[in-house]
Amino acid sequence: MTTTSAGPHVHGLGEPYKRKEDARFIRGKGNYVDDIQLPGMLYADIVRSPYAHALIKGIDISKALQVPGVVAIITGKDLEAAGLAWMPTLSGDTEAVLAVDRVLYQMQEVAFVVAESRYAAADGAAAVEVDYEPLPVVVDPRKALAPDAPLLRPDKKDRQPTNQIYHWETGDRAATDAAFAEAEQNGVVVRQDMYVPRIHPAPIETCGCVADYNAATGKLTVWMTSQAPHAHRTLFAIVSGLPEHRIRVISPDVGGGFGNKVPIYPGYVCAVVAALKTGRPVKWIEDRTENLTSTGFARDYHIHAEIAADKEGTVKALRVYTLADHGAFDAAAQPTKFPAGLFHICTGSYDFKHAHVAVDAVHTNKAPGGIAYRCSFRVTEASYLIERMMDTLAREVGKDPAEIRLQNFIKPEAFPYRSALGWTYDSGNYERALRLAMEKIGYEELRREQAEKRARGELMGIGISSFTEIVGAGPGKHFDIAGIQMFDSCEIRVHPTGKVLARIGVQTQGQGHETTFAQIIAAELGISPDDVDVEHGDTDTAPYGLGTYASRSTPVGGAATAVAARKIRDKARKIAAYLLEVGEEDLEWEPGRFYVRGSPSKGKTIQEIAFAAYTNCPPYLEPGLEAVNYYDPPNLTYPFGSYICVVDIDRGTGEVHIRRFLAVDDCGTVINPMIVEGQIHGGLTQGLAPALYEQLAYDEDGNVLGSNFQDYLIPTAMETPRWETARTVTPSPHHPIGAKGVGESPTVGAPQAIANAVVDALAHVGVRHIDIPITPWKVWAILKEKGLATA
Amino acid sequence: MIPGPFDYQVAGSVAEAIALLDQHGADAKVLAGGHSLIPLLRFRLASPAVLVDINRLRDLEYIQEADGTLHIGALTREVDLEASDLIRRRYPILADTARVIADPVVRNWATVGGNLAHADPANDHPATMLALGAQLVATGPSGQRLIPIEQFFTDSSFETTLQPNELLTEVRVPAPSERSGGAYLKLERKVGDYAIAGVAAYVILDGAGHVTYAGIGLTNVGPTPIKARAAEQLLLGSSLDDAVIAQAARQAAAEAQPVSDLRGPADYKRAMVETLTMRALRQARSRATGGA
Amino acid sequence: MSIHHIRVTINGKLYEGDVEARTLLVHWLRDGLRLTGTHIGCDTSSCGACTILVDGKAVKSCTMLAVQADGRELLTVEGLEQNGKLHPLQEGFHVEHALQCGYCTPGMMMAALALLKRNPDPSEQEIREGISGNLCRCTGYVNIVKAIQYAAQKLREPEQVPAGSGGGGE
Repeated sequence: MTTTSAGPHVHGLGEPYKRKEDARFIRGKGNYVDDIQLPGMLYADIVRSPYAHALIKGIDISKALQVPGVVAIITGKDLEAAGLAWMPTLSGDTEAVLAVDRVLYQMQEVAFVVAESRYAAADGAAAVEVDYEPLPVVVDPRKALAPDAPLLRPDKKDRQPTNQIYHWETGDRAATDAAFAEAEQNGVVVRQDMYVPRIHPAPIETCGCVADYNAATGKLTVWMTSQAPHAHRTLFAIVSGLPEHRIRVISPDVGGGFGNKVPIYPGYVCAVVAALKTGRPVKWIEDRTENLTSTGFARDYHIHAEIAADKEGTVKALRVYTLADHGAFDAAAQPTKFPAGLFHICTGSYDFKHAHVAVDAVHTNKAPGGIAYRCSFRVTEASYLIERMMDTLAREVGKDPAEIRLQNFIKPEAFPYRSALGWTYDSGNYERALRLAMEKIGYEELRREQAEKRARGELMGIGISSFTEIVGAGPGKHFDIAGIQMFDSCEIRVHPTGKVLARIGVQTQGQGHETTFAQIIAAELGISPDDVDVEHGDTDTAPYGLGTYASRSTPVGGAATAVAARKIRDKARKIAAYLLEVGEEDLEWEPGRFYVRGSPSKGKTIQEIAFAAYTNCPPYLEPGLEAVNYYDPPNLTYPFGSYICVVDIDRGTGEVHIRRFLAVDDCGTVINPMIVEGQIHGGLTQGLAPALYEQLAYDEDGNVLGSNFQDYLIPTAMETPRWETARTVTPSPHHPIGAKGVGESPTVGAPQAIANAVVDALAHVGVRHIDIPITPWKVWAILKEKGLATA
Repeated sequence: MIPGPFDYQVAGSVAEAIALLDQHGADAKVLAGGHSLIPLLRFRLASPAVLVDINRLRDLEYIQEADGTLHIGALTREVDLEASDLIRRRYPILADTARVIADPVVRNWATVGGNLAHADPANDHPATMLALGAQLVATGPSGQRLIPIEQFFTDSSFETTLQPNELLTEVRVPAPSERSGGAYLKLERKVGDYAIAGVAAYVILDGAGHVTYAGIGLTNVGPTPIKARAAEQLLLGSSLDDAVIAQAARQAAAEAQPVSDLRGPADYKRAMVETLTMRALRQARSRATGGA
Repeated sequence: MSIHHIRVTINGKLYEGDVEARTLLVHWLRDGLRLTGTHIGCDTSSCGACTILVDGKAVKSCTMLAVQADGRELLTVEGLEQNGKLHPLQEGFHVEHALQCGYCTPGMMMAALALLKRNPDPSEQEIREGISGNLCRCTGYVNIVKAIQYAAQKLREPEQVPAGSGGGGE
């Protein structure tokens, strides 16, 4: 076989290749955890606390054991006897698996009932009798540190007897304070309190698992909804004492994660214990209420932010104080070194010379967390605060929100840019993105329309968000999860006939890795993505990786894949040189083929080379064509974008109607524009949701409000606008293919574009801030106060 | 969320359904569309001993006009009301109502009778039927009786004047006279939600444009569906100008009994009754005078 | 508690079984018959992941008892493909990238199927209304609307839609 033309079209980078994984999903042949049914499998249900804070005086399981079909019931005391009542969280706290003598939040796990069917398990759970003695609750984190506040965690004997989890600060306080003192004298200072409320990722598939222990082989297999199967395997080994090579975690198809499926939850551990105890496979699947009330919430940051600027609005310093509500246990899923995650990216896209951030975290009688809901470790909170503050500054100095941004952006020539809080931004061109957004949406025309409408008494607002993200953790030197460095991995096997099996350490929950990672390999090796199958999620076969969250798949796993493919190509070059009897330096590469420089007809395709690797390998090389790469990134990546939102407000009801929303994103090199656009649409919708709808609220007794989809408001197609998208491309200089990651940018960038638009609609009457979610009644209360409400 | 155990009986005829209800009394629950009942069972907030399934009673699914009255079979699915030509043409207020109940998939199975008989103040049909002055047909062991809609709901939520052995079988609405019109407006947090507040308004005008009938019903702003009687009185005899509409809207708001909850504070809901009443009455006026 | 013998036609095939009165239809489909393409996402009839067709109408199978399905005809996602040929909706969802994690997809397609039966040429707004009982967390709905438009056109004029360009899977 010879090829004389340019290589075959391989659908590499930049092509909207249709997804390989769709074939099973559109036929209803996906394989999600609850689809797994094993012979003899038992079902579990969990008894949960109705109280937010109470002592457990007794648990009577005698009636429950009589319920037909009930096989076993596990309580906290049983676990305590086995040394399994507590487990480590991802933030160095210990969390109750099943409460032993005290419950700390409503819906906390109290007993685990295992039965022959879902129905029998539910009946058994309903028959467990628990005697509680209610205790005073701490719901408001601002009261958690009061001297008379009930102490929630007497179990933390190594700490001070307080509800404080940590105090953390970063930045140069003295220089920041000095800049503020100067601005108070000769410039302007703007301040704002804002609350980023507790929300929940609420993937449509809840969490769950099937645990199966084979006593004969000593092997435990756990199918679970996991965004990080390898890390979970290691944690299972540490918690249970089972040897790690006898634990196999399989994350099958996952019905959305968004951060919810990063932590280990008590249900998983109980299912494993129950499987060991009964000798039968045990399935545990959350219902929606359990999902919303007990598994990883996000945000819940009470923020006070201040900007010091000169009279022209040129920013000088940023000062932020935050109170973080982590609930009963600090189960935040984030890098060990950074208790507030990457929150100190909060100088955003602007050139602040000085900044200081302080965070206090406290315990309350609420579900433990928090995780990052489609976001890289608190970037959303950071981006929200700075984008809201820039609007506040614009009002203060009488400038347009676009103008104040253009004035203060980090300039393109300043990259790599070292921020006042210590990050090194890899690349960016913020002005280009904002100018494109303004041009595409017709910014000037919208401002004219707004002025006309205002004169007629109609309320219309335009909001801008020019966010910068920080994703793709490691480097491992600085970033670890529970001690494990945040690298990622890829293993590529090219079979003799040139077909490829690639296994990756990251884990898709809908991001389309089976397609995009095949495209990366396609681009590197000139093999069609159709000839590349990508596997993930099975710890017995996939190389060790830290999983998919914080938009790290492409920046880290994608890099590992490109590097592994390049190793394959390097070896292929050696084999081609041998086959063609020329020196390696005499070969040229075109997609899918090496040929002799100056003699394009003399070449070997990658398929021919693969065959030779197994049949006619050079004697000085190992046979076969495989490569592995564990990639530790030299830096994070910094995707960015500018979003513009246009809203109209109904003066009679306070309802906010999103008329248009344009998102300009820059995620560096684009692998698959179709998938990138899909990620942006979805992320925008998860940015819209907390801006206008979602909140996990608690009443003063610690009862969860919004514990099901009737009250936890996920936007439907009717609330969601027809998103408009555009992009600029500023590659990452340190990533092998220049990609930065995109899945979370829109969730990070969108809420404040919407909030800014609503505030903009009301800015002329002095409104500077409205906390999200911006409900109709919050808007209406302002309309009423300002005399703008009409029927 | 798994329901507790119960028995199940399927009724093959109205008579059979009534016999079953008569036999089981308060232990029985009627299963129609089930979109209120089954979630209650799943959360174990209701534990009837037996469900009487009436979904096979196809002869309770009809929409027809006869003798100056619209007859809606109690088992009529919301989707059929929403899609009915007759309803869209002659009773737009009913189409308004049907199309904002829950979501389109739910409406395929949810029934008009169930929406009324569940007596949830958050349901949408009660307000509309109060505005229209509907009559309900209750069928029991001793035959049928007519219940005026304002006598159907009690002072308690989720309670009606139906006897345990009676089945709601039909809803009757007076056919529209020449200059009549109505509208139902619902403010909701998102599609599929119960109302923050909902207002149904229905008016009949005489040849001179004066109001001879006014009906105003309120959704989810009190423990029961509310008929805003004083607001209706203000409209009677008026020329339905903007001033009287505004006055009636304020009065309707005064008649609401909202409480603060996840759908907003009470003062907001009360204000929304005013806004929605104003808008519904304007639309009713427009429809009564030949507009859309 | 009562046990009932039911006979249900699903995707053209007759299934029989004994079910407890309280058994939810979705649990019978998934656990009893192993038709796991129909998913569960909530307990309040809110999410639509469990949407199937019952006698031609879209119904949330978590809010119907299995015993209620006795004698009825059901269509689930597994019945969309006929003789190895994808239904235009399945094709549309693939071509227009209307799915990501795939979990809401079966219910979304079944709701869309019911919509197109009722309204073969829906506007964008009508499509959005038609799927407003089905929640998707991944796609932002834009491409789902396009997929349904694709299917609508293909169902109306089977020859007019060009095959999607480039693509794996199908």
